[in-house]
Amino acid sequence: MSEQFIWGIEVFLNGLMAGVLYALVALGFVLIYKASGIFNYAQGVMALFAAMTLVGIMNGQVPFAHLINAIFGTNVHHFGWHVPAFLAILLTAGVMVGFAWIVQRFIFRHLVGQEPIILFMATIGLAYFLEGVSDLMWNSEIKKLDVGLPQGINLAIDDFTYGIFDYGFFIDNLDIVATIIAAILVLALTIFSQYSKQGRAMRAVADDHQAALSVGVSLNFVWIMVWSVAGFVALVAGIMWGTKSGVQFSLSLIALKALPVLMLGGFTSIPGAIVGGLIIGVGEKLFEFAIGPMIGGATENWFAYVLALIFLVFRPQGLFGEKIIERV
Amino acid sequence: MSAVAEEYITEDGRKIGAVVMEMKNITLKFGGVVAIQDISFDIRQGEIRAIIGPNGAGKSSMLNVISGFYHPQEGEVWYKGARRPTMRPYQVAAQGIARTFQNIALFEGMSVLDNVMTGRLTHMNTNMFQQGLWYGKARAEEIANRQKVEEVIDFLEIQAIRKTPVGRLPYGLKKRVELARALAAEPSILLLDEPMAGMNVEEKEDMSRFILDVNDEFGTTIALIEHDMGVVMDLSDRVVVMDYGKKIGDGTPDEVRNNQDVIDAYLGVAHD
Repeated sequence: MSEQFIWGIEVFLNGLMAGVLYALVALGFVLIYKASGIFNYAQGVMALFAAMTLVGIMNGQVPFAHLINAIFGTNVHHFGWHVPAFLAILLTAGVMVGFAWIVQRFIFRHLVGQEPIILFMATIGLAYFLEGVSDLMWNSEIKKLDVGLPQGINLAIDDFTYGIFDYGFFIDNLDIVATIIAAILVLALTIFSQYSKQGRAMRAVADDHQAALSVGVSLNFVWIMVWSVAGFVALVAGIMWGTKSGVQFSLSLIALKALPVLMLGGFTSIPGAIVGGLIIGVGEKLFEFAIGPMIGGATENWFAYVLALIFLVFRPQGLFGEKIIERV
Repeated sequence: MSAVAEEYITEDGRKIGAVVMEMKNITLKFGGVVAIQDISFDIRQGEIRAIIGPNGAGKSSMLNVISGFYHPQEGEVWYKGARRPTMRPYQVAAQGIARTFQNIALFEGMSVLDNVMTGRLTHMNTNMFQQGLWYGKARAEEIANRQKVEEVIDFLEIQAIRKTPVGRLPYGLKKRVELARALAAEPSILLLDEPMAGMNVEEKEDMSRFILDVNDEFGTTIALIEHDMGVVMDLSDRVVVMDYGKKIGDGTPDEVRNNQDVIDAYLGVAHD
Protein backbone atom coordinates (compact mmCIF):
# COMPACT_ATOMS: atom_id res chain seq x y z
CA MET A 1 0.00 0.00 0.00
CA SER A 2 1.31 3.39 -0.85
CA GLU A 3 2.49 5.70 1.88
CA GLN A 4 0.16 8.42 0.66
CA PHE A 5 -2.85 6.20 1.16
CA ILE A 6 -1.89 5.21 4.68
CA TRP A 7 -1.27 8.80 5.65
CA GLY A 8 -4.65 9.60 4.13
CA ILE A 9 -6.32 7.16 6.51
CA GLU A 10 -4.56 8.74 9.47
CA VAL A 11 -5.63 12.20 8.36
CA PHE A 12 -9.17 10.91 7.90
CA LEU A 13 -9.29 9.53 11.44
CA ASN A 14 -7.90 12.74 12.90
CA GLY A 15 -10.46 14.65 10.88
CA LEU A 16 -13.26 12.59 12.40
CA MET A 17 -11.98 13.40 15.87
CA ALA A 18 -11.75 17.12 15.13
CA GLY A 19 -15.23 16.94 13.65
CA VAL A 20 -16.62 15.60 16.90
CA LEU A 21 -15.36 18.70 18.69
CA TYR A 22 -16.99 20.95 16.11
CA ALA A 23 -20.18 18.97 16.49
CA LEU A 24 -20.14 19.51 20.24
CA VAL A 25 -20.25 23.27 19.77
CA ALA A 26 -22.83 23.06 17.01
CA LEU A 27 -25.02 20.96 19.29
CA GLY A 28 -25.39 23.84 21.72
CA PHE A 29 -26.64 26.06 18.89
CA VAL A 30 -29.13 23.50 17.64
CA LEU A 31 -30.65 22.90 21.08
CA ILE A 32 -31.51 26.54 21.65
CA TYR A 33 -32.54 27.16 18.07
CA LYS A 34 -34.89 24.18 18.09
CA ALA A 35 -36.58 25.14 21.32
CA SER A 36 -36.85 28.88 21.02
CA GLY A 37 -36.01 29.89 17.47
CA ILE A 38 -33.08 31.90 18.82
CA PHE A 39 -29.76 31.68 17.03
CA ASN A 40 -27.50 31.93 20.03
CA TYR A 41 -24.38 33.79 18.98
CA ALA A 42 -23.16 33.58 22.58
CA GLN A 43 -22.75 29.78 22.51
CA GLY A 44 -18.98 30.02 21.95
CA VAL A 45 -18.55 32.56 24.75
CA MET A 46 -20.64 30.31 26.97
CA ALA A 47 -18.08 27.56 26.37
CA LEU A 48 -15.32 30.00 27.30
CA PHE A 49 -17.17 31.17 30.39
CA ALA A 50 -17.84 27.59 31.47
CA ALA A 51 -14.20 26.60 31.01
CA MET A 52 -12.95 29.69 32.89
CA THR A 53 -15.37 29.08 35.72
CA LEU A 54 -14.26 25.47 35.93
CA VAL A 55 -10.59 26.40 36.10
CA GLY A 56 -11.34 29.19 38.55
CA ILE A 57 -13.23 26.90 40.90
CA MET A 58 -10.62 24.14 40.66
CA ASN A 59 -7.80 26.54 41.48
CA GLY A 60 -9.74 28.22 44.25
CA GLN A 61 -9.61 31.60 42.55
CA VAL A 62 -11.60 34.37 44.18
CA PRO A 63 -14.24 35.50 41.70
CA PHE A 64 -14.12 39.20 40.83
CA ALA A 65 -10.82 39.40 42.72
CA HIS A 66 -9.64 42.38 40.72
CA LEU A 67 -12.84 44.28 41.36
CA ILE A 68 -12.89 43.45 45.06
CA ASN A 69 -9.28 44.52 45.48
CA ALA A 70 -9.85 47.75 43.62
CA ILE A 71 -12.83 48.70 45.72
CA PHE A 72 -11.77 47.55 49.17
CA GLY A 73 -8.03 47.97 48.78
CA THR A 74 -7.54 44.33 49.72
CA ASN A 75 -5.20 41.92 48.04
CA VAL A 76 -7.03 38.61 47.69
CA HIS A 77 -6.56 36.30 44.76
CA HIS A 78 -6.90 32.75 45.99
CA PHE A 79 -8.87 30.97 48.64
CA GLY A 80 -5.89 28.72 48.99
CA TRP A 81 -7.71 25.46 48.30
CA HIS A 82 -8.03 23.17 45.34
CA VAL A 83 -11.36 21.68 44.43
CA PRO A 84 -11.35 18.17 42.93
CA ALA A 85 -12.26 18.10 39.22
CA PHE A 86 -15.48 16.15 39.63
CA LEU A 87 -16.89 18.48 42.26
CA ALA A 88 -15.76 21.52 40.28
CA ILE A 89 -17.58 20.26 37.17
CA LEU A 90 -20.77 19.83 39.20
CA LEU A 91 -20.42 23.33 40.64
CA THR A 92 -19.80 24.78 37.18
CA ALA A 93 -22.89 23.00 35.86
CA GLY A 94 -24.77 24.70 38.69
CA VAL A 95 -23.36 28.05 37.65
CA MET A 96 -24.53 27.42 34.07
CA VAL A 97 -28.06 26.70 35.31
CA GLY A 98 -27.96 29.97 37.22
CA PHE A 99 -26.74 31.68 34.08
CA ALA A 100 -29.65 30.15 32.13
CA TRP A 101 -32.08 31.51 34.69
CA ILE A 102 -30.58 35.00 34.53
CA VAL A 103 -30.59 35.05 30.72
CA GLN A 104 -34.22 33.98 30.63
CA ARG A 105 -35.39 36.22 33.45
CA PHE A 106 -33.67 39.42 32.41
CA ILE A 107 -33.39 39.18 28.63
CA PHE A 108 -35.52 36.74 26.71
CA ARG A 109 -38.62 36.87 28.86
CA HIS A 110 -38.99 40.47 27.77
CA LEU A 111 -38.48 39.66 24.11
CA VAL A 112 -41.15 37.00 23.65
CA GLY A 113 -42.77 37.33 20.25
CA GLN A 114 -40.09 39.64 18.83
CA GLU A 115 -38.58 39.21 15.38
CA PRO A 116 -35.80 36.60 15.12
CA ILE A 117 -33.31 39.31 14.17
CA ILE A 118 -34.02 41.17 17.45
CA LEU A 119 -33.40 37.98 19.40
CA PHE A 120 -30.21 37.41 17.45
CA MET A 121 -29.01 40.92 18.26
CA ALA A 122 -29.76 40.25 21.91
CA THR A 123 -27.50 37.19 21.85
CA ILE A 124 -24.69 39.24 20.28
CA GLY A 125 -25.03 41.68 23.14
CA LEU A 126 -25.08 38.77 25.54
CA ALA A 127 -21.91 37.36 23.98
CA TYR A 128 -19.90 40.54 24.55
CA PHE A 129 -21.36 41.06 27.98
CA LEU A 130 -20.51 37.52 29.02
CA GLU A 131 -17.02 37.87 27.61
CA GLY A 132 -16.47 40.93 29.79
CA VAL A 133 -17.94 39.23 32.84
CA SER A 134 -15.69 36.19 32.30
CA ASP A 135 -12.58 38.38 32.28
CA LEU A 136 -13.74 40.43 35.24
CA MET A 137 -14.65 37.34 37.21
CA TRP A 138 -11.65 35.12 36.52
CA ASN A 139 -9.10 37.50 34.90
CA SER A 140 -7.92 37.13 31.36
CA GLU A 141 -4.68 35.13 31.68
CA ILE A 142 -4.31 32.00 29.62
CA LYS A 143 -5.01 29.13 31.96
CA LYS A 144 -4.21 25.47 31.84
CA LEU A 145 -7.13 23.10 32.27
CA ASP A 146 -6.54 19.56 33.47
CA VAL A 147 -9.49 17.60 34.76
CA GLY A 148 -7.61 14.34 34.44
CA LEU A 149 -8.54 13.45 30.87
CA PRO A 150 -5.90 11.29 29.19
CA GLN A 151 -3.73 13.12 26.69
CA GLY A 152 -0.99 12.34 24.23
CA ILE A 153 -0.56 9.61 21.65
CA ASN A 154 -2.57 6.45 22.05
CA LEU A 155 0.07 3.73 22.09
CA ALA A 156 -2.33 0.86 21.53
CA ILE A 157 -3.47 2.30 18.20
CA ASP A 158 0.09 3.22 17.37
CA ASP A 159 1.25 -0.37 17.95
CA PHE A 160 -1.74 -1.92 16.25
CA THR A 161 -1.44 0.10 13.07
CA TYR A 162 2.34 -0.36 13.06
CA GLY A 163 1.71 -4.10 12.94
CA ILE A 164 -0.56 -3.76 9.90
CA PHE A 165 0.85 -0.93 7.82
CA ASP A 166 4.36 -0.77 9.19
CA TYR A 167 3.44 2.77 10.14
CA GLY A 168 2.03 3.86 13.50
CA PHE A 169 -0.96 6.21 13.44
CA PHE A 170 -0.89 9.24 15.69
CA ILE A 171 -4.24 9.45 17.42
CA ASP A 172 -4.57 11.63 20.51
CA ASN A 173 -6.13 10.05 23.58
CA LEU A 174 -8.02 13.26 24.27
CA ASP A 175 -9.71 13.06 20.88
CA ILE A 176 -10.83 9.52 21.58
CA VAL A 177 -12.29 10.54 24.94
CA ALA A 178 -13.99 13.54 23.33
CA THR A 179 -15.55 11.28 20.72
CA ILE A 180 -16.93 8.90 23.31
CA ILE A 181 -18.30 11.69 25.50
CA ALA A 182 -19.86 13.46 22.54
CA ALA A 183 -21.49 10.24 21.37
CA ILE A 184 -22.99 9.64 24.81
CA LEU A 185 -24.15 13.24 25.06
CA VAL A 186 -25.84 13.16 21.67
CA LEU A 187 -27.53 9.85 22.34
CA ALA A 188 -28.78 11.03 25.70
CA LEU A 189 -30.07 14.32 24.31
CA THR A 190 -31.83 12.64 21.40
CA ILE A 191 -33.55 10.12 23.62
CA PHE A 192 -34.45 12.82 26.13
CA SER A 193 -36.03 15.09 23.56
CA GLN A 194 -37.87 12.29 21.80
CA TYR A 195 -39.24 10.24 24.67
CA SER A 196 -39.37 12.20 27.89
CA LYS A 197 -42.12 14.43 29.14
CA GLN A 198 -39.83 17.47 29.30
CA GLY A 199 -38.43 16.71 25.87
CA ARG A 200 -41.90 16.63 24.45
CA ALA A 201 -42.71 19.93 26.12
CA MET A 202 -39.51 21.33 24.64
CA ARG A 203 -40.46 20.28 21.12
CA ALA A 204 -43.97 21.59 21.67
CA VAL A 205 -42.64 25.02 22.62
CA ALA A 206 -40.36 25.03 19.60
CA ASP A 207 -43.31 24.35 17.35
CA ASP A 208 -46.08 26.62 18.58
CA HIS A 209 -46.08 28.82 21.68
CA GLN A 210 -49.85 29.24 21.91
CA ALA A 211 -50.58 25.57 21.50
CA ALA A 212 -47.92 24.72 24.08
CA LEU A 213 -49.52 27.07 26.58
CA SER A 214 -52.92 25.55 25.95
CA VAL A 215 -51.73 22.06 26.90
CA GLY A 216 -50.21 23.36 30.12
CA VAL A 217 -46.57 23.97 29.24
CA SER A 218 -44.82 26.86 30.99
CA LEU A 219 -42.70 28.61 28.36
CA ASN A 220 -40.38 30.04 30.99
CA PHE A 221 -39.61 26.68 32.49
CA VAL A 222 -38.87 25.12 29.12
CA TRP A 223 -36.60 27.98 28.08
CA ILE A 224 -34.63 27.89 31.32
CA MET A 225 -34.28 24.14 30.86
CA VAL A 226 -33.04 24.53 27.30
CA TRP A 227 -30.52 27.24 28.17
CA SER A 228 -29.31 25.06 31.03
CA VAL A 229 -28.79 22.11 28.73
CA ALA A 230 -27.03 24.36 26.22
CA GLY A 231 -24.89 25.65 29.08
CA PHE A 232 -24.01 22.09 29.99
CA VAL A 233 -23.07 21.29 26.40
CA ALA A 234 -20.98 24.47 26.39
CA LEU A 235 -19.26 23.20 29.55
CA VAL A 236 -18.41 19.88 27.89
CA ALA A 237 -17.14 21.66 24.78
CA GLY A 238 -15.19 24.07 26.98
CA ILE A 239 -13.54 21.20 28.84
CA MET A 240 -12.50 19.45 25.62
CA TRP A 241 -11.21 22.53 23.83
CA GLY A 242 -9.75 23.98 27.01
CA THR A 243 -7.79 20.81 27.71
CA LYS A 244 -6.60 20.73 24.12
CA SER A 245 -5.47 24.31 23.67
CA GLY A 246 -5.70 26.07 27.03
CA VAL A 247 -8.46 28.26 28.38
CA GLN A 248 -8.17 31.61 26.63
CA PHE A 249 -10.18 34.10 24.66
CA SER A 250 -9.76 32.29 21.33
CA LEU A 251 -11.90 29.50 22.78
CA SER A 252 -14.95 31.64 22.07
CA LEU A 253 -14.06 31.71 18.38
CA ILE A 254 -14.84 28.02 17.99
CA ALA A 255 -18.39 29.27 17.66
CA LEU A 256 -17.45 30.52 14.22
CA LYS A 257 -16.36 27.01 13.28
CA ALA A 258 -19.77 25.78 14.26
CA LEU A 259 -21.50 27.99 11.70
CA PRO A 260 -20.55 25.99 8.60
CA VAL A 261 -21.33 22.83 10.54
CA LEU A 262 -24.83 24.14 11.13
CA MET A 263 -25.32 25.14 7.51
CA LEU A 264 -24.34 21.66 6.47
CA GLY A 265 -26.32 19.74 9.03
CA GLY A 266 -29.34 22.01 9.32
CA PHE A 267 -30.12 24.32 12.22
CA THR A 268 -32.84 22.11 13.61
CA SER A 269 -31.29 18.66 13.62
CA ILE A 270 -29.23 17.10 16.40
CA PRO A 271 -27.98 14.26 14.15
CA GLY A 272 -27.33 16.95 11.54
CA ALA A 273 -24.96 18.75 13.90
CA ILE A 274 -23.01 15.53 14.36
CA VAL A 275 -22.80 14.52 10.71
CA GLY A 276 -22.11 18.12 9.69
CA GLY A 277 -19.28 18.32 12.22
CA LEU A 278 -17.76 15.07 10.97
CA ILE A 279 -17.96 16.12 7.31
CA ILE A 280 -16.33 19.47 8.05
CA GLY A 281 -13.68 17.88 10.26
CA VAL A 282 -12.76 15.18 7.76
CA GLY A 283 -13.23 17.43 4.75
CA GLU A 284 -10.90 20.16 5.87
CA LYS A 285 -8.18 17.77 7.05
CA LEU A 286 -8.26 15.69 3.85
CA PHE A 287 -8.41 18.78 1.66
CA GLU A 288 -5.43 20.28 3.45
CA PHE A 289 -3.59 16.98 3.09
CA ALA A 290 -4.38 16.31 -0.58
CA ILE A 291 -4.84 19.73 -2.19
CA GLY A 292 -3.23 22.02 0.38
CA PRO A 293 0.39 21.59 -0.70
CA MET A 294 -0.53 22.40 -4.32
CA ILE A 295 -2.07 25.77 -3.48
CA GLY A 296 0.17 26.89 -0.67
CA GLY A 297 -1.64 25.42 2.35
CA ALA A 298 -3.65 27.09 5.11
CA THR A 299 -6.82 25.79 3.51
CA GLU A 300 -8.28 24.86 6.88
CA ASN A 301 -9.14 28.51 7.46
CA TRP A 302 -11.59 28.74 4.63
CA PHE A 303 -12.48 25.25 3.42
CA ALA A 304 -15.40 24.81 5.83
CA TYR A 305 -17.01 28.07 4.75
CA VAL A 306 -16.72 27.33 1.06
CA LEU A 307 -18.25 23.91 1.61
CA ALA A 308 -21.08 25.51 3.55
CA LEU A 309 -21.65 28.03 0.75
CA ILE A 310 -21.94 25.25 -1.80
CA PHE A 311 -24.46 23.54 0.44
CA LEU A 312 -26.46 26.73 0.80
CA VAL A 313 -26.86 26.89 -2.95
CA PHE A 314 -28.01 23.32 -3.44
CA ARG A 315 -29.71 22.43 -0.17
CA PRO A 316 -30.57 25.49 1.89
CA GLN A 317 -32.20 23.55 4.73
CA GLY A 318 -29.04 21.52 5.27
CA LEU A 319 -28.62 17.76 5.20
CA PHE A 320 -31.12 17.01 7.95
CA GLY A 321 -32.97 20.29 8.33
CA GLU A 322 -36.72 20.31 8.40
CA LYS A 323 -38.08 20.40 4.91
CA ILE A 324 -40.13 23.45 4.26
CA ILE A 325 -43.59 22.02 3.62
CA GLU A 326 -46.17 24.54 2.66
CA ARG A 327 -49.78 23.69 2.00
CA VAL A 328 -51.47 26.24 -0.16
CA MET B 1 -73.55 33.71 46.10
CA SER B 2 -75.75 33.39 43.13
CA ALA B 3 -74.83 29.81 42.32
CA VAL B 4 -78.01 27.83 41.77
CA ALA B 5 -76.92 24.34 42.59
CA GLU B 6 -79.85 22.21 41.57
CA GLU B 7 -79.63 19.75 38.73
CA TYR B 8 -82.22 19.44 36.04
CA ILE B 9 -83.22 17.32 33.08
CA THR B 10 -83.40 18.92 29.65
CA GLU B 11 -86.24 18.50 27.18
CA ASP B 12 -84.47 15.65 25.42
CA GLY B 13 -83.79 13.88 28.69
CA ARG B 14 -80.16 14.87 29.32
CA LYS B 15 -79.04 15.45 32.88
CA ILE B 16 -77.41 18.82 33.51
CA GLY B 17 -75.48 19.39 36.72
CA ALA B 18 -74.61 22.33 38.95
CA VAL B 19 -72.76 25.44 37.80
CA VAL B 20 -69.07 24.63 37.24
CA MET B 21 -67.93 27.93 35.80
CA GLU B 22 -69.35 31.37 36.14
CA MET B 23 -68.33 34.56 34.39
CA LYS B 24 -69.33 37.61 36.38
CA ASN B 25 -69.51 41.05 34.76
CA ILE B 26 -66.53 40.48 32.48
CA THR B 27 -65.21 43.56 30.67
CA LEU B 28 -62.24 43.29 28.33
CA LYS B 29 -60.69 46.25 26.52
CA PHE B 30 -57.89 46.54 24.02
CA GLY B 31 -56.86 50.15 24.37
CA GLY B 32 -60.02 52.05 23.51
CA VAL B 33 -61.76 49.11 21.92
CA VAL B 34 -64.20 47.32 24.16
CA ALA B 35 -64.20 43.68 23.09
CA ILE B 36 -66.40 42.41 25.89
CA GLN B 37 -68.72 44.63 27.88
CA ASP B 38 -70.07 43.56 31.25
CA ILE B 39 -71.02 40.01 30.31
CA SER B 40 -72.17 37.38 32.80
CA PHE B 41 -73.13 33.80 32.16
CA ASP B 42 -72.54 30.38 33.59
CA ILE B 43 -71.58 26.94 32.39
CA ARG B 44 -73.13 23.89 34.03
CA GLN B 45 -71.64 20.49 34.61
CA GLY B 46 -72.16 18.15 31.67
CA GLU B 47 -73.84 20.57 29.29
CA ILE B 48 -72.94 21.76 25.84
CA ARG B 49 -72.87 25.52 26.01
CA ALA B 50 -72.65 27.49 22.78
CA ILE B 51 -71.49 31.06 22.35
CA ILE B 52 -72.75 32.57 19.13
CA GLY B 53 -72.84 35.96 17.51
CA PRO B 54 -71.92 37.80 14.31
CA ASN B 55 -68.27 38.34 13.35
CA GLY B 56 -66.41 40.57 15.79
CA ALA B 57 -68.93 40.03 18.55
CA GLY B 58 -66.20 39.07 21.02
CA LYS B 59 -66.82 35.32 21.14
CA SER B 60 -63.21 34.27 20.72
CA SER B 61 -62.14 36.94 23.21
CA MET B 62 -64.49 35.39 25.71
CA LEU B 63 -62.99 31.96 25.13
CA ASN B 64 -59.53 33.48 25.56
CA VAL B 65 -60.59 34.98 28.86
CA ILE B 66 -61.78 31.58 30.06
CA SER B 67 -58.54 29.89 29.01
CA GLY B 68 -56.32 32.60 30.48
CA PHE B 69 -54.90 34.01 27.23
CA TYR B 70 -56.61 37.36 27.91
CA HIS B 71 -57.07 39.00 31.26
CA PRO B 72 -60.24 41.06 31.66
CA GLN B 73 -59.95 44.54 33.19
CA GLU B 74 -63.12 44.02 35.18
CA GLY B 75 -65.17 41.10 36.37
CA GLU B 76 -64.51 37.75 37.97
CA VAL B 77 -64.16 34.20 36.79
CA TRP B 78 -65.50 31.58 39.19
CA TYR B 79 -64.44 28.01 38.68
CA LYS B 80 -65.63 25.07 40.77
CA GLY B 81 -67.03 27.32 43.44
CA ALA B 82 -63.99 29.54 43.95
CA ARG B 83 -62.90 32.82 42.44
CA ARG B 84 -60.04 32.21 40.04
CA PRO B 85 -57.07 34.52 40.47
CA THR B 86 -55.37 35.92 37.36
CA MET B 87 -53.74 32.93 35.74
CA ARG B 88 -51.36 32.21 32.91
CA PRO B 89 -52.76 29.90 30.20
CA TYR B 90 -50.60 26.95 31.26
CA GLN B 91 -51.94 27.23 34.80
CA VAL B 92 -55.50 27.25 33.50
CA ALA B 93 -54.72 24.13 31.46
CA ALA B 94 -53.36 22.45 34.58
CA GLN B 95 -56.71 23.15 36.27
CA GLY B 96 -58.46 20.97 33.73
CA ILE B 97 -59.58 23.41 31.06
CA ALA B 98 -58.52 22.28 27.59
CA ARG B 99 -59.13 24.13 24.36
CA THR B 100 -58.81 24.12 20.59
CA PHE B 101 -58.11 27.14 18.43
CA GLN B 102 -59.94 28.82 15.59
CA ASN B 103 -56.86 28.66 13.37
CA ILE B 104 -55.59 25.28 14.57
CA ALA B 105 -52.55 25.45 16.81
CA LEU B 106 -50.92 22.05 16.49
CA PHE B 107 -47.27 21.09 16.63
CA GLU B 108 -46.79 20.75 12.88
CA GLY B 109 -43.40 19.08 13.03
CA MET B 110 -44.48 16.37 15.44
CA SER B 111 -46.43 13.19 14.73
CA VAL B 112 -50.12 12.88 15.55
CA LEU B 113 -49.24 10.56 18.42
CA ASP B 114 -46.74 13.03 19.90
CA ASN B 115 -49.21 15.86 19.50
CA VAL B 116 -51.86 13.97 21.41
CA MET B 117 -49.26 12.93 24.01
CA THR B 118 -48.59 16.60 24.78
CA GLY B 119 -52.21 16.72 25.91
CA ARG B 120 -51.16 14.44 28.78
CA LEU B 121 -48.39 16.74 30.03
CA THR B 122 -50.52 18.07 32.88
CA HIS B 123 -51.05 14.50 34.06
CA MET B 124 -47.37 13.59 34.18
CA ASN B 125 -45.69 14.36 37.48
CA THR B 126 -42.23 12.85 37.32
CA ASN B 127 -39.41 15.39 37.36
CA MET B 128 -36.56 15.86 34.95
CA PHE B 129 -34.14 13.57 36.78
CA GLN B 130 -36.59 10.70 36.93
CA GLN B 131 -37.36 11.25 33.26
CA GLY B 132 -33.69 11.38 32.48
CA LEU B 133 -33.11 8.02 34.13
CA TRP B 134 -36.16 6.64 32.34
CA TYR B 135 -36.64 3.92 34.88
CA GLY B 136 -39.39 2.83 37.21
CA LYS B 137 -41.82 5.63 37.88
CA ALA B 138 -41.15 7.66 34.74
CA ARG B 139 -41.55 4.61 32.56
CA ALA B 140 -44.73 3.41 34.24
CA GLU B 141 -46.15 6.90 33.89
CA GLU B 142 -45.34 7.08 30.19
CA ILE B 143 -46.96 3.71 29.56
CA ALA B 144 -50.13 4.60 31.48
CA ASN B 145 -50.46 7.89 29.64
CA ARG B 146 -49.73 6.33 26.31
CA GLN B 147 -52.60 3.92 26.94
CA LYS B 148 -54.96 6.79 27.60
CA VAL B 149 -53.79 8.48 24.40
CA GLU B 150 -54.44 5.33 22.40
CA GLU B 151 -57.99 5.27 23.74
CA VAL B 152 -58.54 8.83 22.57
CA ILE B 153 -57.04 8.05 19.18
CA ASP B 154 -59.38 5.06 18.83
CA PHE B 155 -62.30 7.14 19.96
CA LEU B 156 -61.74 9.81 17.33
CA GLU B 157 -60.90 7.25 14.64
CA ILE B 158 -57.47 8.58 13.75
CA GLN B 159 -55.54 5.32 14.23
CA ALA B 160 -54.45 5.28 10.60
CA ILE B 161 -52.57 8.56 10.82
CA ARG B 162 -51.02 8.27 14.27
CA LYS B 163 -47.43 8.27 13.01
CA THR B 164 -47.95 10.95 10.34
CA PRO B 165 -46.42 14.39 10.93
CA VAL B 166 -49.31 16.78 11.47
CA GLY B 167 -47.98 19.20 8.83
CA ARG B 168 -48.94 16.72 6.13
CA LEU B 169 -52.56 16.27 7.15
CA PRO B 170 -55.52 17.92 5.44
CA TYR B 171 -57.44 20.59 7.32
CA GLY B 172 -60.35 18.47 8.51
CA LEU B 173 -58.09 15.86 10.08
CA LYS B 174 -55.97 18.52 11.76
CA LYS B 175 -59.09 19.82 13.46
CA ARG B 176 -59.76 16.31 14.68
CA VAL B 177 -56.20 15.87 15.97
CA GLU B 178 -56.51 19.13 17.85
CA LEU B 179 -59.68 17.83 19.45
CA ALA B 180 -57.84 14.62 20.33
CA ARG B 181 -55.06 16.56 22.03
CA ALA B 182 -57.57 18.54 24.08
CA LEU B 183 -59.48 15.37 24.96
CA ALA B 184 -56.34 13.55 26.03
CA ALA B 185 -56.08 16.01 28.91
CA GLU B 186 -59.37 14.58 30.26
CA PRO B 187 -60.57 18.13 30.86
CA SER B 188 -63.43 19.13 33.11
CA ILE B 189 -64.27 21.83 30.60
CA LEU B 190 -63.51 21.58 26.91
CA LEU B 191 -63.43 24.84 24.95
CA LEU B 192 -63.90 24.57 21.19
CA ASP B 193 -63.28 27.64 19.06
CA GLU B 194 -65.15 27.10 15.80
CA PRO B 195 -64.59 23.34 15.61
CA MET B 196 -66.34 23.18 12.23
CA ALA B 197 -65.08 26.27 10.48
CA GLY B 198 -64.10 25.61 6.89
CA MET B 199 -65.38 22.03 6.84
CA ASN B 200 -67.60 20.38 4.27
CA VAL B 201 -70.95 18.90 5.21
CA GLU B 202 -69.61 15.42 5.75
CA GLU B 203 -66.76 16.60 7.96
CA LYS B 204 -69.18 18.74 9.93
CA GLU B 205 -71.41 15.74 10.55
CA ASP B 206 -68.42 13.73 11.75
CA MET B 207 -67.31 16.49 14.06
CA SER B 208 -70.83 16.98 15.46
CA ARG B 209 -71.01 13.28 16.18
CA PHE B 210 -67.66 13.36 17.98
CA ILE B 211 -68.68 16.35 20.08
CA LEU B 212 -71.91 14.65 21.13
CA ASP B 213 -70.11 11.38 21.82
CA VAL B 214 -67.50 13.09 23.97
CA ASN B 215 -70.21 14.81 25.98
CA ASP B 216 -72.21 11.60 26.23
CA GLU B 217 -69.52 9.11 26.98
CA PHE B 218 -67.17 11.07 29.23
CA GLY B 219 -69.69 13.57 30.55
CA THR B 220 -67.32 16.36 29.50
CA THR B 221 -68.65 19.87 29.83
CA ILE B 222 -68.23 21.65 26.50
CA ALA B 223 -68.28 25.32 25.63
CA LEU B 224 -68.12 26.00 21.92
CA ILE B 225 -68.18 28.83 19.43
CA GLU B 226 -69.73 28.05 16.08
CA HIS B 227 -71.11 29.94 13.13
CA ASP B 228 -73.24 27.24 11.57
CA MET B 229 -76.64 27.92 13.16
CA GLY B 230 -78.07 24.54 12.29
CA VAL B 231 -75.24 22.80 14.06
CA VAL B 232 -75.38 25.05 17.10
CA MET B 233 -79.09 24.62 17.60
CA ASP B 234 -78.82 20.85 17.24
CA LEU B 235 -75.85 20.36 19.53
CA SER B 236 -76.21 22.75 22.40
CA ASP B 237 -78.25 22.70 25.57
CA ARG B 238 -77.97 26.43 26.16
CA VAL B 239 -76.79 29.31 24.02
CA VAL B 240 -75.24 32.70 24.83
CA VAL B 241 -75.65 35.27 22.06
CA MET B 242 -73.18 38.14 21.79
CA ASP B 243 -73.17 41.20 19.58
CA TYR B 244 -70.65 44.05 19.64
CA GLY B 245 -69.24 42.77 22.93
CA LYS B 246 -72.58 42.69 24.69
CA LYS B 247 -74.79 39.80 25.67
CA ILE B 248 -78.09 40.00 23.86
CA GLY B 249 -79.53 36.60 24.61
CA ASP B 250 -79.09 33.57 26.85
CA GLY B 251 -81.21 30.44 27.01
CA THR B 252 -82.20 27.21 25.31
CA PRO B 253 -81.94 27.09 21.52
CA ASP B 254 -85.66 27.63 21.20
CA GLU B 255 -85.69 30.64 23.48
CA VAL B 256 -82.79 32.18 21.64
CA ARG B 257 -84.32 31.53 18.25
CA ASN B 258 -87.39 33.52 19.20
CA ASN B 259 -85.53 36.37 20.89
CA GLN B 260 -86.21 39.61 18.98
CA ASP B 261 -82.76 41.11 19.76
CA VAL B 262 -81.07 38.03 18.38
CA ILE B 263 -83.12 38.08 15.22
CA ASP B 264 -82.27 41.76 14.77
CA ALA B 265 -78.57 41.16 15.27
CA TYR B 266 -78.47 38.44 12.65
CA LEU B 267 -80.93 39.78 10.10
CA GLY B 268 -80.52 43.50 10.66
CA VAL B 269 -83.12 46.03 11.75
CA ALA B 270 -85.10 48.26 9.46
CA HIS B 271 -84.14 51.86 10.11
CA ASP B 272 -87.12 54.08 9.82
